Amino acid sequence: MPKDGLEENNEVKLDGQGKPLWLCLELTYRCPLQCPWCNNPLDFDTYKDELSTDDWVRVLREGREMGALQVGFTGGEPMMRKDIVEITAEASKLGYYTNLVTGGVGLTKDKLEALKEAGLNQIQLSIQSCDPVMTNKLVGAEAHDDKIQTAHDIKDLGFPLSLNVPVCRESIDQTREILDMCEEVKADYLEYVQIQYYNWALLNRDELLPSRDQVIYAEELINEARERLGKKMTIYFVVPDYHDKFPKACMNGWGAIHLTIAPDGTAMPCQEARIIKEIDFPSVRDHDLSWIWHESPAFSLYRGDDWMKEPCRSCDNKEQDVGGCRCQAYMLTGDATNTDPVCYKSPHHHIIEEAIEAADRVGRNPRPYVMRRVQSASDLRQSSAGE
Amino acid sequence: MAEAPQVDETPQIDPADQFEVHPFYVFRWEESQEAHVLLYPEGVVKLNDTAAEILKLCDGDRSVTQIIDELKNVYDVSDPDTASRIEAGVYKFLEDSHAKGWTRRK
Ligand code: SF4
Ligand code: SF4
Repeated sequence: MPKDGLEENNEVKLDGQGKPLWLCLELTYRCPLQCPWCNNPLDFDTYKDELSTDDWVRVLREGREMGALQVGFTGGEPMMRKDIVEITAEASKLGYYTNLVTGGVGLTKDKLEALKEAGLNQIQLSIQSCDPVMTNKLVGAEAHDDKIQTAHDIKDLGFPLSLNVPVCRESIDQTREILDMCEEVKADYLEYVQIQYYNWALLNRDELLPSRDQVIYAEELINEARERLGKKMTIYFVVPDYHDKFPKACMNGWGAIHLTIAPDGTAMPCQEARIIKEIDFPSVRDHDLSWIWHESPAFSLYRGDDWMKEPCRSCDNKEQDVGGCRCQAYMLTGDATNTDPVCYKSPHHHIIEEAIEAADRVGRNPRPYVMRRVQSASDLRQSSAGE
Repeated sequence: MAEAPQVDETPQIDPADQFEVHPFYVFRWEESQEAHVLLYPEGVVKLNDTAAEILKLCDGDRSVTQIIDELKNVYDVSDPDTASRIEAGVYKFLEDSHAKGWTRRK
Protein backbone atom coordinates (compact mmCIF):
# COMPACT_ATOMS: atom_id res chain seq x y z
CA MET A 1 0.00 0.00 0.00
CA PRO A 2 1.42 3.37 -0.88
CA LYS A 3 2.45 5.28 2.22
CA ASP A 4 0.37 8.28 1.35
CA GLY A 5 -2.92 6.49 1.64
CA LEU A 6 -5.25 4.72 -0.71
CA GLU A 7 -5.51 4.93 -4.43
CA GLU A 8 -8.76 5.85 -6.05
CA ASN A 9 -8.78 3.11 -8.56
CA ASN A 10 -8.54 -0.40 -7.24
CA GLU A 11 -8.43 -2.35 -10.46
CA VAL A 12 -5.31 -2.79 -12.46
CA LYS A 13 -5.75 -3.23 -16.15
CA LEU A 14 -5.36 -6.86 -16.96
CA ASP A 15 -4.16 -7.23 -20.47
CA GLY A 16 -2.79 -10.63 -21.23
CA GLN A 17 0.80 -9.38 -21.27
CA GLY A 18 1.12 -12.04 -23.90
CA LYS A 19 -0.50 -14.72 -21.75
CA PRO A 20 -3.39 -16.96 -22.77
CA LEU A 21 -5.63 -16.08 -19.84
CA TRP A 22 -8.61 -18.01 -21.13
CA LEU A 23 -8.61 -21.62 -22.11
CA CYS A 24 -11.64 -22.93 -23.88
CA LEU A 25 -11.62 -26.70 -24.07
CA GLU A 26 -14.09 -28.21 -26.48
CA LEU A 27 -13.98 -31.64 -24.92
CA THR A 28 -16.19 -33.29 -27.51
CA TYR A 29 -18.50 -32.44 -30.39
CA ARG A 30 -20.94 -35.13 -29.29
CA CYS A 31 -24.22 -33.68 -28.10
CA PRO A 32 -27.74 -35.00 -27.52
CA LEU A 33 -29.21 -31.72 -28.79
CA GLN A 34 -29.52 -30.41 -32.33
CA CYS A 35 -29.56 -26.63 -32.08
CA PRO A 36 -29.75 -24.91 -35.45
CA TRP A 37 -27.34 -22.17 -34.23
CA CYS A 38 -24.67 -24.64 -33.17
CA ASN A 39 -21.19 -23.29 -33.83
CA ASN A 40 -19.61 -26.71 -34.15
CA PRO A 41 -18.20 -27.49 -37.60
CA LEU A 42 -20.66 -28.67 -40.24
CA ASP A 43 -18.77 -31.98 -40.30
CA PHE A 44 -18.80 -32.33 -36.49
CA ASP A 45 -19.69 -36.00 -36.87
CA THR A 46 -16.33 -36.85 -38.42
CA TYR A 47 -14.29 -35.91 -35.33
CA LYS A 48 -14.19 -39.30 -33.70
CA ASP A 49 -10.66 -39.19 -32.42
CA GLU A 50 -10.96 -37.11 -29.25
CA LEU A 51 -8.05 -36.28 -26.98
CA SER A 52 -7.54 -38.64 -24.05
CA THR A 53 -7.90 -37.68 -20.42
CA ASP A 54 -4.11 -37.50 -20.12
CA ASP A 55 -3.89 -35.17 -23.11
CA TRP A 56 -6.43 -32.78 -21.59
CA VAL A 57 -4.67 -32.83 -18.25
CA ARG A 58 -1.37 -32.04 -19.93
CA VAL A 59 -2.97 -29.13 -21.80
CA LEU A 60 -4.36 -27.80 -18.52
CA ARG A 61 -0.99 -28.04 -16.84
CA GLU A 62 0.83 -26.30 -19.67
CA GLY A 63 -1.85 -23.60 -19.73
CA ARG A 64 -1.42 -22.86 -16.05
CA GLU A 65 2.33 -22.70 -16.45
CA MET A 66 1.74 -19.97 -19.02
CA GLY A 67 -0.56 -18.03 -16.69
CA ALA A 68 -4.03 -19.16 -17.80
CA LEU A 69 -6.61 -18.33 -15.13
CA GLN A 70 -9.97 -19.35 -16.50
CA VAL A 71 -10.95 -22.57 -18.14
CA GLY A 72 -14.25 -23.31 -19.84
CA PHE A 73 -15.30 -26.86 -20.57
CA THR A 74 -17.55 -26.83 -23.55
CA GLY A 75 -18.41 -28.85 -26.62
CA GLY A 76 -20.65 -30.24 -27.96
CA GLU A 77 -21.95 -31.34 -24.62
CA PRO A 78 -19.06 -31.71 -22.16
CA MET A 79 -21.19 -34.03 -20.00
CA MET A 80 -20.83 -36.63 -22.77
CA ARG A 81 -17.23 -37.12 -21.64
CA LYS A 82 -16.97 -39.87 -19.04
CA ASP A 83 -13.92 -38.17 -17.55
CA ILE A 84 -15.53 -34.76 -17.03
CA VAL A 85 -15.30 -34.98 -13.24
CA GLU A 86 -11.69 -36.10 -13.38
CA ILE A 87 -10.70 -33.32 -15.78
CA THR A 88 -12.52 -30.73 -13.65
CA ALA A 89 -10.77 -31.93 -10.52
CA GLU A 90 -7.36 -31.59 -12.20
CA ALA A 91 -8.17 -28.09 -13.44
CA SER A 92 -9.34 -27.03 -10.05
CA LYS A 93 -6.25 -28.45 -8.35
CA LEU A 94 -4.09 -26.48 -10.77
CA GLY A 95 -5.77 -23.25 -9.68
CA TYR A 96 -8.11 -22.47 -12.56
CA TYR A 97 -11.49 -20.89 -12.14
CA THR A 98 -13.52 -23.67 -13.73
CA ASN A 99 -16.59 -23.06 -15.89
CA LEU A 100 -18.83 -25.74 -17.32
CA VAL A 101 -20.85 -24.79 -20.39
CA THR A 102 -23.70 -27.24 -20.75
CA GLY A 103 -27.10 -27.82 -22.28
CA GLY A 104 -28.05 -29.60 -19.06
CA VAL A 105 -28.93 -32.99 -20.49
CA GLY A 106 -27.03 -35.66 -18.56
CA LEU A 107 -26.22 -33.28 -15.73
CA THR A 108 -27.95 -35.25 -13.00
CA LYS A 109 -27.88 -34.29 -9.35
CA ASP A 110 -25.31 -37.03 -8.67
CA LYS A 111 -23.04 -35.68 -11.37
CA LEU A 112 -23.48 -32.17 -10.02
CA GLU A 113 -22.48 -33.30 -6.57
CA ALA A 114 -19.40 -34.99 -7.94
CA LEU A 115 -18.49 -31.86 -9.87
CA LYS A 116 -18.95 -29.74 -6.79
CA GLU A 117 -16.67 -32.09 -4.92
CA ALA A 118 -14.16 -31.79 -7.76
CA GLY A 119 -14.06 -28.02 -7.24
CA LEU A 120 -16.16 -26.81 -10.16
CA ASN A 121 -16.76 -23.06 -9.75
CA GLN A 122 -19.65 -22.29 -12.04
CA ILE A 123 -22.07 -23.70 -14.55
CA GLN A 124 -23.48 -21.96 -17.55
CA LEU A 125 -26.70 -23.63 -18.48
CA SER A 126 -28.33 -22.95 -21.80
CA ILE A 127 -32.06 -22.61 -21.99
CA GLN A 128 -33.95 -21.47 -25.03
CA SER A 129 -37.42 -20.50 -23.97
CA CYS A 130 -39.87 -20.40 -21.08
CA ASP A 131 -42.18 -22.60 -23.07
CA PRO A 132 -41.40 -26.34 -23.21
CA VAL A 133 -42.83 -26.71 -26.70
CA MET A 134 -40.64 -23.92 -28.01
CA THR A 135 -37.47 -25.10 -26.23
CA ASN A 136 -37.92 -28.64 -27.45
CA LYS A 137 -38.55 -27.49 -30.98
CA LEU A 138 -35.48 -25.26 -30.98
CA VAL A 139 -33.09 -27.88 -29.63
CA GLY A 140 -34.68 -30.80 -31.46
CA ALA A 141 -35.16 -32.90 -28.31
CA GLU A 142 -37.34 -33.22 -25.22
CA ALA A 143 -35.00 -31.21 -23.05
CA HIS A 144 -36.95 -28.39 -21.43
CA ASP A 145 -38.03 -30.11 -18.22
CA ASP A 146 -34.54 -31.52 -17.67
CA LYS A 147 -33.05 -28.08 -18.08
CA ILE A 148 -35.39 -26.54 -15.52
CA GLN A 149 -34.70 -29.36 -13.10
CA THR A 150 -30.98 -28.88 -13.62
CA ALA A 151 -31.33 -25.16 -12.93
CA HIS A 152 -32.94 -25.92 -9.58
CA ASP A 153 -30.32 -28.54 -8.73
CA ILE A 154 -27.52 -26.10 -9.54
CA LYS A 155 -28.98 -23.59 -7.10
CA ASP A 156 -29.61 -26.24 -4.46
CA LEU A 157 -25.95 -27.19 -4.50
CA GLY A 158 -24.86 -23.61 -3.99
CA PHE A 159 -23.35 -22.97 -7.39
CA PRO A 160 -23.91 -19.60 -9.00
CA LEU A 161 -26.55 -20.10 -11.67
CA SER A 162 -25.74 -18.57 -15.03
CA LEU A 163 -28.40 -19.00 -17.64
CA ASN A 164 -27.47 -18.64 -21.23
CA VAL A 165 -30.36 -17.80 -23.50
CA PRO A 166 -29.64 -17.44 -27.22
CA VAL A 167 -31.60 -14.64 -28.80
CA CYS A 168 -33.36 -15.77 -31.93
CA ARG A 169 -36.17 -14.55 -34.10
CA GLU A 170 -38.62 -17.20 -33.00
CA SER A 171 -38.18 -16.76 -29.24
CA ILE A 172 -37.17 -13.13 -28.77
CA ASP A 173 -40.77 -11.96 -28.48
CA GLN A 174 -41.02 -14.04 -25.30
CA THR A 175 -38.37 -11.92 -23.63
CA ARG A 176 -40.72 -10.82 -20.84
CA GLU A 177 -41.72 -14.38 -19.99
CA ILE A 178 -38.16 -15.61 -20.32
CA LEU A 179 -37.02 -12.97 -17.83
CA ASP A 180 -39.77 -14.10 -15.45
CA MET A 181 -38.63 -17.68 -15.75
CA CYS A 182 -35.03 -16.73 -15.00
CA GLU A 183 -36.16 -14.82 -11.96
CA GLU A 184 -38.24 -17.75 -10.83
CA VAL A 185 -35.34 -20.20 -10.89
CA LYS A 186 -33.27 -17.50 -9.11
CA ALA A 187 -30.61 -17.13 -11.75
CA ASP A 188 -27.64 -15.09 -10.59
CA TYR A 189 -26.49 -14.25 -14.07
CA LEU A 190 -28.42 -14.15 -17.29
CA GLU A 191 -26.61 -13.97 -20.54
CA TYR A 192 -29.02 -13.07 -23.25
CA VAL A 193 -26.58 -14.06 -25.92
CA GLN A 194 -26.39 -13.13 -29.52
CA ILE A 195 -26.05 -15.92 -31.97
CA GLN A 196 -22.81 -15.71 -33.86
CA TYR A 197 -23.45 -16.54 -37.46
CA TYR A 198 -20.97 -19.26 -38.27
CA ASN A 199 -21.40 -22.86 -39.34
CA TRP A 200 -24.92 -24.13 -38.52
CA ALA A 201 -26.05 -20.68 -37.46
CA LEU A 202 -25.00 -19.22 -40.79
CA LEU A 203 -26.99 -21.88 -42.65
CA ASN A 204 -30.03 -20.84 -40.62
CA ARG A 205 -29.31 -17.14 -40.44
CA ASP A 206 -32.42 -15.93 -42.23
CA GLU A 207 -34.61 -17.85 -39.81
CA LEU A 208 -32.65 -16.91 -36.70
CA LEU A 209 -31.76 -13.26 -37.12
CA PRO A 210 -34.28 -11.11 -35.27
CA SER A 211 -35.63 -7.96 -36.86
CA ARG A 212 -34.49 -4.57 -35.70
CA ASP A 213 -37.82 -3.88 -34.02
CA GLN A 214 -37.67 -7.14 -32.15
CA VAL A 215 -34.20 -6.28 -30.84
CA ILE A 216 -35.23 -2.81 -29.76
CA TYR A 217 -38.25 -4.12 -27.89
CA ALA A 218 -36.24 -6.85 -26.17
CA GLU A 219 -33.65 -4.31 -25.12
CA GLU A 220 -36.32 -2.15 -23.49
CA LEU A 221 -37.62 -5.07 -21.47
CA ILE A 222 -34.13 -6.00 -20.43
CA ASN A 223 -33.31 -2.52 -19.26
CA GLU A 224 -36.51 -2.53 -17.26
CA ALA A 225 -35.57 -5.83 -15.65
CA ARG A 226 -32.06 -4.62 -14.90
CA GLU A 227 -33.47 -1.67 -13.06
CA ARG A 228 -35.92 -3.77 -11.12
CA LEU A 229 -33.60 -6.65 -10.22
CA GLY A 230 -30.34 -4.83 -9.63
CA LYS A 231 -27.70 -7.16 -8.33
CA LYS A 232 -30.17 -9.97 -7.74
CA MET A 233 -29.69 -11.02 -11.34
CA THR A 234 -26.91 -9.59 -13.46
CA ILE A 235 -28.06 -9.43 -17.06
CA TYR A 236 -25.66 -9.34 -19.97
CA PHE A 237 -27.14 -8.26 -23.23
CA VAL A 238 -25.32 -6.80 -26.16
CA VAL A 239 -26.98 -5.71 -29.32
CA PRO A 240 -26.29 -8.30 -32.01
CA ASP A 241 -23.28 -7.24 -34.03
CA TYR A 242 -25.32 -7.33 -37.23
CA HIS A 243 -27.40 -4.52 -35.78
CA ASP A 244 -24.44 -2.51 -34.56
CA LYS A 245 -22.42 0.17 -36.27
CA PHE A 246 -19.04 -1.14 -35.21
CA PRO A 247 -17.86 -4.71 -35.01
CA LYS A 248 -16.94 -6.42 -31.76
CA ALA A 249 -13.31 -6.73 -30.72
CA CYS A 250 -13.28 -10.40 -31.44
CA MET A 251 -11.66 -12.32 -28.57
CA ASN A 252 -9.79 -9.11 -27.65
CA GLY A 253 -7.75 -9.73 -30.75
CA TRP A 254 -6.31 -12.77 -32.44
CA GLY A 255 -3.98 -14.70 -30.14
CA ALA A 256 -4.27 -12.01 -27.46
CA ILE A 257 -5.74 -13.75 -24.42
CA HIS A 258 -7.84 -16.61 -25.72
CA LEU A 259 -6.93 -20.16 -26.64
CA THR A 260 -9.37 -22.81 -27.83
CA ILE A 261 -8.63 -26.50 -28.15
CA ALA A 262 -10.97 -28.57 -30.32
CA PRO A 263 -11.86 -32.18 -29.43
CA ASP A 264 -9.16 -33.52 -31.77
CA GLY A 265 -6.47 -31.32 -30.22
CA THR A 266 -6.45 -28.54 -32.82
CA ALA A 267 -5.46 -25.27 -31.16
CA MET A 268 -7.12 -22.06 -32.36
CA PRO A 269 -7.38 -18.41 -31.29
CA CYS A 270 -11.17 -18.79 -31.18
CA GLN A 271 -13.80 -21.46 -31.54
CA GLU A 272 -14.62 -20.56 -35.11
CA ALA A 273 -11.15 -20.12 -36.55
CA ARG A 274 -11.15 -23.41 -38.41
CA ILE A 275 -13.49 -21.71 -40.86
CA ILE A 276 -10.41 -20.05 -42.37
CA LYS A 277 -9.36 -22.92 -44.56
CA GLU A 278 -5.96 -21.52 -45.57
CA ILE A 279 -4.59 -21.62 -42.03
CA ASP A 280 -2.85 -24.71 -40.81
CA PHE A 281 -3.69 -24.82 -37.11
CA PRO A 282 -1.27 -26.66 -34.84
CA SER A 283 -2.35 -29.57 -32.66
CA VAL A 284 -1.58 -30.19 -29.01
CA ARG A 285 -0.85 -33.73 -30.13
CA ASP A 286 2.30 -32.48 -31.88
CA HIS A 287 3.35 -29.41 -29.91
CA ASP A 288 3.29 -28.02 -26.41
CA LEU A 289 1.06 -25.03 -25.67
CA SER A 290 3.96 -22.65 -25.28
CA TRP A 291 5.17 -23.33 -28.82
CA ILE A 292 1.65 -23.08 -30.14
CA TRP A 293 1.02 -19.75 -28.43
CA HIS A 294 4.38 -18.08 -28.92
CA GLU A 295 5.90 -19.66 -32.01
CA SER A 296 3.26 -21.12 -34.29
CA PRO A 297 2.60 -19.16 -37.48
CA ALA A 298 -1.16 -19.59 -37.05
CA PHE A 299 -1.30 -17.72 -33.75
CA SER A 300 0.86 -14.79 -34.83
CA LEU A 301 -0.87 -14.36 -38.18
CA TYR A 302 -3.31 -11.62 -37.11
CA ARG A 303 -1.70 -10.48 -33.89
CA GLY A 304 -1.27 -6.76 -33.52
CA ASP A 305 -2.32 -4.68 -36.53
CA ASP A 306 0.37 -5.13 -39.18
CA TRP A 307 -1.92 -7.36 -41.18
CA MET A 308 -4.70 -4.75 -41.42
CA LYS A 309 -5.87 -3.25 -44.68
CA GLU A 310 -7.84 -0.09 -45.25
CA PRO A 311 -10.20 1.19 -43.92
CA CYS A 312 -8.97 -0.31 -40.62
CA ARG A 313 -5.31 0.55 -41.04
CA SER A 314 -5.84 4.29 -40.76
CA CYS A 315 -8.88 4.13 -38.48
CA ASP A 316 -8.87 5.61 -34.97
CA ASN A 317 -10.97 2.78 -33.68
CA LYS A 318 -8.60 -0.05 -34.52
CA GLU A 319 -7.26 -0.54 -31.03
CA GLN A 320 -10.73 -0.83 -29.57
CA ASP A 321 -12.28 -3.24 -32.01
CA VAL A 322 -9.19 -4.79 -33.68
CA GLY A 323 -11.04 -4.55 -36.99
CA GLY A 324 -13.70 -7.00 -35.82
CA CYS A 325 -13.73 -10.70 -36.37
CA ARG A 326 -11.31 -12.41 -38.76
CA CYS A 327 -13.59 -15.40 -39.18
CA GLN A 328 -16.59 -13.24 -40.03
CA ALA A 329 -14.49 -11.25 -42.51
CA TYR A 330 -13.29 -14.45 -44.14
CA MET A 331 -16.66 -16.10 -44.21
CA LEU A 332 -18.53 -13.15 -45.69
CA THR A 333 -15.85 -11.61 -47.93
CA GLY A 334 -13.47 -14.48 -48.64
CA ASP A 335 -10.47 -12.68 -47.12
CA ALA A 336 -9.71 -12.75 -43.40
CA THR A 337 -7.67 -9.54 -43.58
CA ASN A 338 -10.65 -7.52 -44.76
CA THR A 339 -12.55 -5.29 -42.39
CA ASP A 340 -15.34 -7.16 -40.64
CA PRO A 341 -18.37 -6.35 -42.84
CA VAL A 342 -20.38 -5.50 -39.73
CA CYS A 343 -18.46 -2.20 -39.70
CA TYR A 344 -20.30 0.58 -41.49
CA LYS A 345 -16.99 1.57 -43.10
CA SER A 346 -16.44 -1.82 -44.67
CA PRO A 347 -16.82 -1.90 -48.46
CA HIS A 348 -18.67 -5.18 -47.88
CA HIS A 349 -21.12 -3.76 -45.37
CA HIS A 350 -23.98 -4.22 -47.85
CA ILE A 351 -23.84 -7.96 -47.09
CA ILE A 352 -24.94 -7.25 -43.53
CA GLU A 353 -27.50 -4.67 -44.60
CA GLU A 354 -29.06 -7.15 -46.97
CA ALA A 355 -29.31 -9.77 -44.23
CA ILE A 356 -31.00 -7.29 -41.90
CA GLU A 357 -33.38 -6.12 -44.59
CA ALA A 358 -34.31 -9.71 -45.26
CA ALA A 359 -35.02 -10.17 -41.55
CA ASP A 360 -37.14 -7.03 -41.46
CA ARG A 361 -39.18 -7.84 -44.56
CA VAL A 362 -42.82 -8.45 -43.83
CA GLY A 363 -44.54 -11.48 -45.21
CA ARG A 364 -41.30 -13.43 -45.64
CA ASN A 365 -41.61 -17.14 -46.07
CA PRO A 366 -40.03 -18.98 -43.17
CA ARG A 367 -38.09 -22.12 -43.96
CA PRO A 368 -37.61 -25.01 -41.56
CA TYR A 369 -34.34 -24.98 -39.64
CA VAL A 370 -31.47 -27.14 -40.73
CA MET A 371 -30.94 -28.93 -37.44
CA ARG A 372 -27.47 -29.90 -36.31
CA ARG A 373 -27.81 -33.61 -36.97
CA VAL A 374 -25.58 -36.32 -38.35
CA GLN A 375 -28.11 -36.72 -41.13
CA SER A 376 -27.93 -33.03 -42.07
CA ALA A 377 -24.15 -33.16 -41.93
CA SER A 378 -23.99 -36.03 -44.38
CA ASP A 379 -26.64 -34.44 -46.62
CA LEU A 380 -24.50 -31.31 -46.73
CA ARG A 381 -21.43 -33.34 -47.69
CA GLN A 382 -23.37 -35.06 -50.46
CA SER A 383 -24.72 -31.86 -51.91
CA SER A 384 -21.34 -30.15 -51.86
CA ALA A 385 -19.72 -33.23 -53.47
CA GLY A 386 -22.34 -33.07 -56.21
CA GLU A 387 -21.52 -29.47 -57.08
CA MET B 1 -43.73 -12.15 -4.83
CA ALA B 2 -43.75 -11.58 -1.09
CA GLU B 3 -40.25 -12.83 -0.60
CA ALA B 4 -37.69 -10.59 1.04
CA PRO B 5 -35.10 -9.29 -1.39
CA GLN B 6 -31.97 -11.50 -1.52
CA VAL B 7 -29.56 -8.69 -1.95
CA ASP B 8 -29.38 -5.51 0.01
CA GLU B 9 -29.08 -2.48 -2.22
CA THR B 10 -28.36 0.10 0.50
CA PRO B 11 -25.27 1.95 -0.61
CA GLN B 12 -24.78 3.60 2.78
CA ILE B 13 -22.03 1.88 4.70
CA ASP B 14 -22.31 1.60 8.44
CA PRO B 15 -19.16 1.41 10.61
CA ALA B 16 -20.55 -1.80 12.13
CA ASP B 17 -21.10 -3.51 8.77
CA GLN B 18 -19.23 -6.74 8.15
CA PHE B 19 -18.27 -7.59 4.60
CA GLU B 20 -17.06 -10.81 3.08
CA VAL B 21 -15.86 -11.72 -0.38
CA HIS B 22 -18.89 -12.87 -2.32
CA PRO B 23 -18.90 -16.68 -2.40
CA PHE B 24 -19.05 -16.73 -6.22
CA TYR B 25 -15.68 -15.02 -6.29
CA VAL B 26 -12.30 -16.57 -5.73
CA PHE B 27 -9.83 -14.14 -4.23
CA ARG B 28 -6.22 -15.23 -4.27
CA TRP B 29 -2.63 -14.40 -5.03
CA GLU B 30 -1.63 -15.16 -8.61
CA GLU B 31 2.05 -15.63 -9.11
CA SER B 32 2.05 -15.11 -12.88
CA GLN B 33 0.46 -11.66 -12.43
CA GLU B 34 2.43 -10.87 -9.27
CA ALA B 35 -0.82 -9.61 -7.86
CA HIS B 36 -3.98 -10.61 -6.11
CA VAL B 37 -6.80 -11.50 -8.46
CA LEU B 38 -10.52 -11.99 -8.20
CA LEU B 39 -11.88 -14.75 -10.38
CA TYR B 40 -15.58 -15.04 -11.04
CA PRO B 41 -17.93 -16.47 -13.64
CA GLU B 42 -16.34 -15.52 -16.95
CA GLY B 43 -14.18 -12.79 -15.48
CA VAL B 44 -10.88 -11.84 -13.94
CA VAL B 45 -9.97 -8.72 -12.01
CA LYS B 46 -6.41 -7.91 -11.10
CA LEU B 47 -6.24 -5.91 -7.91
CA ASN B 48 -3.76 -3.31 -6.82
CA ASP B 49 -2.07 -3.78 -3.45
CA THR B 50 -4.38 -1.41 -1.67
CA ALA B 51 -7.50 -3.20 -2.77
CA ALA B 52 -5.99 -6.56 -1.90
CA GLU B 53 -5.01 -5.36 1.59
CA ILE B 54 -8.56 -4.33 2.35
CA LEU B 55 -10.17 -7.35 0.76
CA LYS B 56 -8.01 -9.64 2.87
CA LEU B 57 -9.67 -8.13 5.91
CA CYS B 58 -13.18 -8.66 4.53
CA ASP B 59 -13.69 -11.97 6.31
CA GLY B 60 -17.31 -11.46 7.34
CA ASP B 61 -16.13 -11.03 10.89
CA ARG B 62 -14.34 -7.72 11.11
CA SER B 63 -16.41 -4.57 11.10
CA VAL B 64 -15.57 -1.60 8.94
CA THR B 65 -14.21 0.15 12.02
CA GLN B 66 -11.96 -2.79 12.81
CA ILE B 67 -10.65 -2.90 9.25
CA ILE B 68 -9.75 0.77 9.42
CA ASP B 69 -8.07 0.36 12.81
CA GLU B 70 -5.99 -2.53 11.57
CA LEU B 71 -4.81 -0.62 8.56
CA LYS B 72 -3.92 2.32 10.76
CA ASN B 73 -1.70 -0.03 12.74
CA VAL B 74 0.16 -1.11 9.63
CA TYR B 75 0.89 2.34 8.27
CA ASP B 76 2.56 5.35 9.73
CA VAL B 77 -0.36 7.53 10.75
CA SER B 78 1.50 10.13 12.78
CA ASP B 79 0.24 12.55 10.19
CA PRO B 80 -3.53 12.90 10.86
CA ASP B 81 -4.01 13.48 7.15
CA THR B 82 -2.91 9.94 6.36
CA ALA B 83 -5.26 8.56 8.98
CA SER B 84 -8.27 10.28 7.52
CA ARG B 85 -7.21 9.31 4.00
CA ILE B 86 -7.11 5.67 5.03
CA GLU B 87 -10.55 5.93 6.54
CA ALA B 88 -12.01 7.60 3.47
CA GLY B 89 -10.22 5.13 1.21
CA VAL B 90 -11.66 2.12 3.01
CA TYR B 91 -15.19 3.48 2.79
CA LYS B 92 -14.76 4.27 -0.87
CA PHE B 93 -13.35 0.86 -1.65
CA LEU B 94 -16.06 -0.98 0.26
CA GLU B 95 -18.70 1.01 -1.55
CA ASP B 96 -17.21 0.37 -4.98
CA SER B 97 -16.43 -3.27 -4.44
CA HIS B 98 -19.87 -3.90 -3.03
CA ALA B 99 -21.48 -2.16 -5.99
CA LYS B 100 -19.45 -4.35 -8.30
CA GLY B 101 -20.63 -7.45 -6.49
CA TRP B 102 -17.22 -8.49 -5.17
CA THR B 103 -18.38 -8.47 -1.58
CA ARG B 104 -21.57 -8.87 0.35
CA ARG B 105 -22.74 -7.92 3.81
CA LYS B 106 -22.76 -10.61 6.44
S1 SF4 C 1 -25.32 -25.50 -29.63
FE1 SF4 C 1 -26.81 -27.09 -29.12
S2 SF4 C 1 -26.29 -28.78 -30.48
FE2 SF4 C 1 -24.52 -27.41 -30.47
S3 SF4 C 1 -23.23 -28.24 -28.88
FE3 SF4 C 1 -24.48 -26.67 -27.93
S4 SF4 C 1 -26.24 -27.77 -27.08
FE4 SF4 C 1 -25.24 -29.13 -28.56
S1 SF4 D 1 -12.71 0.50 -40.08
FE1 SF4 D 1 -11.84 -1.23 -39.00
S2 SF4 D 1 -10.92 -0.38 -37.16
FE2 SF4 D 1 -12.32 1.19 -38.00
S3 SF4 D 1 -14.24 0.89 -36.93
FE3 SF4 D 1 -14.34 -0.33 -38.81
S4 SF4 D 1 -13.60 -2.37 -38.24
FE4 SF4 D 1 -13.00 -0.95 -36.61
